[in-house]
Amino acid sequence: MSDVEPTPAIHDIGGLSRFRCTPVEHDEAPPDAFGKRVDALRQILAQKKMMTVDELRRGIEAIPEEEYFSLTYYERWLTSITSLLIEKGVVTPEELK
Amino acid sequence: MSAPARPQSIAHLERLIAALTARGLVSEAELAARQASTDRASPEVGARMVARAWLDPEWRALMLRDGAAAAEQMGVSMAGAPPLGVLEDTPTLHHLVVCTLCSCYPRAVLGYPPSWYKSFEYRSRAVREPRAVLAEWGTTLPPGTRLRVVDSTADYRWMVLPLRPAGTEGWSEDRLAALVTRDALVGVALPQVPTALAAE
Amino acid sequence: MTEARFAPGDRVRVRYDWPEQRPQPNGLPSAHIRTPHYLRGRLGTVQAVLGSFANPEDLAFARPAPKRALYHVLFDQPPIWNEGAPGDSLLVEIFEHWLEPLESQEQAA
Repeated sequence: MSDVEPTPAIHDIGGLSRFRCTPVEHDEAPPDAFGKRVDALRQILAQKKMMTVDELRRGIEAIPEEEYFSLTYYERWLTSITSLLIEKGVVTPEELK
Repeated sequence: MSAPARPQSIAHLERLIAALTARGLVSEAELAARQASTDRASPEVGARMVARAWLDPEWRALMLRDGAAAAEQMGVSMAGAPPLGVLEDTPTLHHLVVCTLCSCYPRAVLGYPPSWYKSFEYRSRAVREPRAVLAEWGTTLPPGTRLRVVDSTADYRWMVLPLRPAGTEGWSEDRLAALVTRDALVGVALPQVPTALAAE
Repeated sequence: MTEARFAPGDRVRVRYDWPEQRPQPNGLPSAHIRTPHYLRGRLGTVQAVLGSFANPEDLAFARPAPKRALYHVLFDQPPIWNEGAPGDSLLVEIFEHWLEPLESQEQAA
């Protein structure tokens, strides 16, 4: 509402000045094999009640800014899915190394 | 935005899937089946819904009242899918869909979202300078048309029911459906009659 | 279904609150918010009651998630960034706990 408005969370980018006038790249590409596999995994985990889409989003929003902008879309999903499964004790960080 | 995934990410995904498989939580068969069913969804479903709405007022009313029920009638399984809302364009009102917070998209009737829909630029600019974004698609709204940007923030997914273009009187449903592109269902473009056809 | 407090045509104000500014001690987010930043404190008009849905702010942390009424709320677009074409608008899904009735606010002011 004014100049002192708080900084939005990392994903909350509607209307941000930093993207003003930057053309939208008309990239029509569907997800690649990696993206489709992450996507399918997420759907299965949701279907089996192992995580909600809102948890996935919360995990994406928790990615540190520098990493957030260096990862591709489905890499952010994978990062979030991994953190959530570790948080829930389903997998251990050691076995993913 | 759509740079390829890094090799370490691909390796990481495979380790994660292996760990989940070892616990019996997922299987390659499930992954393949899920991907195949996701791959089957395409904007052709949304396009057929629109073409039918242009021809059949009762269907149009159903689609506007309950998009998911309409999609089910098209043979799409909406079980477990979010409710589908349909945004009706009029001669004085045009809709544009965006998700500024993530990338909510009516996948059941449009398939995977294209990369640009998920881009920071589209998500950020569509709410603030929507007419400039439309211009990048070569889309100019007729004078006097108000633009309504729908930020898809919660539990619904939204598709646009665009206006039927002039010059399509007497066309069949199939022929009309071919005019309805994915971009028109998101609202960045308007259905156009190809000039060669318009001259017929 | 949860009783809806607002009806189509009601004037509402989006709460001016920033829970995402209060992270956990470890720096991780303590909140997951589906109300875009650019609408906080803005005035709008309820266009439709969309139903009631489990609160995403709870779902995001795997907490029990009571259902909340969800609305489609219409906002004039130009005042938000002081640009844009007159008559253009934004239509956004907003949960009831993010909305305040306009009248009572004005009476209180």
